[in-house]
Amino acid sequence: MSTQILMPALSPTMTEGKLARWLKKVGEDVRAGDVIAEIETDKATMEVEAVDEGKLSQILVEEGTDGVAVNTPIATLSADGEAASETGAKPGAPAPTAAKQPAPEPLEDRKVVADKAVAAQVTPASTAAAPERDWGPTKPMTVREALRDAMAAEMRADDRVFLLGEEVAQYQGAYKISQGLLDEFGPRRIIDTPITEHGFTGMAVGAAMDGLRPIVEFMTFNFAMQAIDQIINSAAKTLYMSGGQMGCPIVFRGPNGAASRVAAQHSQDYASWYAHCPGLKVVAPWSAADAKGLLRTAIRDPNPVIVLENEILYGQTFECPTDEGFTVPIGKAKVERTGKHVTIVAYSIMVGVAMKAAETLAEQGIEAEVINLRSLRPLDTAAIVESVKKTNRVVTVEEGWPYAGIGAEIAMQVIEHCFDWLDAPPVRVHGLDIPLPYAANLEKLALPQPPWVVDAVKKIV
Amino acid sequence: MAQAAETRKRGKDSESSNSVTSQPPATNQAMSREQLVKAYGDMLLIRRFEEKAGQLYGMGLIGGFCHLYIGQEAVVVGIQMALSEGDQVITSYRDHGHMLATGMEPRGVMAELTGRSGGYSKGKGGSMHMFSKEKRFFGGHGIVGAQVSLGTGLAMANWYRGNDRVCATYFGDGASSQGQVYESFNLAALMKLPCIYVIENNKYGMGTSLERASASHDLSVNGAPWSIPGAKVDGMDVTAVKAAADVAVAHCRSGAGPYLMEVQTYRYRGHSMSDPAKYRTRDEVQKMRTERDCIEAVRHLLEAAGMGEDEFKAIDAAVKARVQEAADFAQSSPEPDERELWTDVLVEG
Ligand SMILES: Cc1ncc(C[n+]2csc(CCOP(=O)(O)OP(=O)(O)O)c2C)c(N)n1
Ligand SMILES: [Mg+2]
Repeated sequence: MSTQILMPALSPTMTEGKLARWLKKVGEDVRAGDVIAEIETDKATMEVEAVDEGKLSQILVEEGTDGVAVNTPIATLSADGEAASETGAKPGAPAPTAAKQPAPEPLEDRKVVADKAVAAQVTPASTAAAPERDWGPTKPMTVREALRDAMAAEMRADDRVFLLGEEVAQYQGAYKISQGLLDEFGPRRIIDTPITEHGFTGMAVGAAMDGLRPIVEFMTFNFAMQAIDQIINSAAKTLYMSGGQMGCPIVFRGPNGAASRVAAQHSQDYASWYAHCPGLKVVAPWSAADAKGLLRTAIRDPNPVIVLENEILYGQTFECPTDEGFTVPIGKAKVERTGKHVTIVAYSIMVGVAMKAAETLAEQGIEAEVINLRSLRPLDTAAIVESVKKTNRVVTVEEGWPYAGIGAEIAMQVIEHCFDWLDAPPVRVHGLDIPLPYAANLEKLALPQPPWVVDAVKKIV
Repeated sequence: MAQAAETRKRGKDSESSNSVTSQPPATNQAMSREQLVKAYGDMLLIRRFEEKAGQLYGMGLIGGFCHLYIGQEAVVVGIQMALSEGDQVITSYRDHGHMLATGMEPRGVMAELTGRSGGYSKGKGGSMHMFSKEKRFFGGHGIVGAQVSLGTGLAMANWYRGNDRVCATYFGDGASSQGQVYESFNLAALMKLPCIYVIENNKYGMGTSLERASASHDLSVNGAPWSIPGAKVDGMDVTAVKAAADVAVAHCRSGAGPYLMEVQTYRYRGHSMSDPAKYRTRDEVQKMRTERDCIEAVRHLLEAAGMGEDEFKAIDAAVKARVQEAADFAQSSPEPDERELWTDVLVEG
């Protein structure tokens, strides 16, 4: 029985090196851990330790040899008593290289597989034709109440669900989303945290890994930047890294985007940040029904879900189904208004802006179809494509910055899936590409308004 | 960097004689009459300025978040009196008082609050984000705790340059829970950075009392694992703050490393302008205002030192006039030009 010693890689990037020196001679005994040679790379001189025991029976690469490729056999080690001459010729000795490795797939095939995966991500096959379910009677409700009711309903149904964050309990929520929850569920399940986002987010992710279902409220998503490492590196990647053993059923929620005059550090739309990341789901409700239905689904989802709310919407009232079982599926957009001349795609507060613009356009004889995305990841590409095939034009509306934004992604999806149906290039409406200014006049100029959408539509209709 | 460290005049390891327990402030807390007059005037300026800002907010002239400093004036005034030209200051969003104390102009601060072109950030930063290179005031930061690492970096710049400047880094009791505070403590202690960490303990972070937010109730020893000496200071007494700050400044200037001050103070107003304040009683606030007010305390000292009503009136009138002038300017200064939207994103050229 003999073993070949191969030229080791001593750094992740090393492809070859110089065999500087042998520290053992042919015929010498070698024990595991013995330093047998020195190797020079461009960066350092390193020692090579033996991993097996035996007698050094052959040196295949003399010391001083340059450019020895990684994995080249450099010596042979034989079990005690074996003759040196036998080693190489011994029948049945394993080949030095891993000849049994499966041949790599041809590149073409890999690309097809990858494309299919992307398509599956962004186009849930089943949603294309499924109509929006009718949940029956509705009643007016604010987005704030809808969010609270969603959490309360899920907490009643499942003891694993709890809420934590700054000021969520005694203060009843910095924006009063958790009003009344401490009274109903007590301090075990409605937990005030110190101002320690990175710590409490990591704590919640850990609890989720062990099967609890935390809802983490960020006072605003601006402060989630303190914790984003735990959201991306811990929550989003754990399922994958554990080979599917250990998931992270958790909801991260809070107001996202500009509020009013709170300036650059407190006014940012994080939609494209989170939507960028595999391993997360991202939703951005507009109406009270969106808020209630999506948050309930998010809490039940076995994955980390980011719920991007909006402070300005909290106080707005919408009709919301009264059905106890009401939910909204993640990954399904909603057509808020039908039309045949142009498709306007928006999410969160910008749906309202798009709806206002559609009214103005209607007065001018232009029928806009408004799609409320609701989910940003997975994206309901099927709904967008279906609409664009009808209208042949698309305008996207987002509060965030244009560069690598949601609008850019939607435009690309449209180009990939229905380029031939387009009669004009897609147009993006978005917040100005600047940190948000404080001054009232400047702030107004920096965020999308209905007339911006009207103008964008008129460019292409 | 190694070279820079060698050229430094101070910071020998053997110099440190850090005790980790709370140190009593220096014994001689007396201020000269002249100093008391200055402290009185500076605190009064902040008080009147903030009252005016509250009014303008009520009139809709100031928007967004606006965090008033009323009640805490002695902290920043006492510490500023111990600092000298070239020392840096950095703080959170509750920053109006700090700016006035560093000598920034009330009119420029107020015009920033109203979002006008005459403001320190041309109207683009607002209440929480103002800076003055000239006065070495480095902001005005909206993210709780972030300024603690930044202040450590300002102190590092002093260390790197080998000068004897110090940096006063202010943060709240609530902020003291943030992890980066302790990462900063370690860095500052390891590198012996001249950073005075000032915890303005006003008992609440928003609606959460220190007791509910922190398992460590004596914040002055929060630097103990890194042997950062700490002092607990009565922040309603400007003479005590100044005396404690003298010790802190001397420690930092000598090259002995960082120093921690927990200054116990109180904010009379809500956290920001929209605070239902259900987390504390009216009585609690009233008691502090009537029994512990920092401006009244100095007034008594000055009266005892024989200062007459006329002199008080003169100071009051001068302060009032400055604040009124600032308020007028903040309303007459034009809104920023639309082109300002696109400036200052990156350094051009
Ligand atoms: C990282 C981060 N989390 C939360 C907030 C919201 N917030 C603003 S001020 C504040 C309380 C801070 O309290 P403290 O540090 O005691 O300072 P004080 O307001 O009392 O001066 C909170 C939670 C924030 N601005 N940044
Ligand atoms: Mg506080």
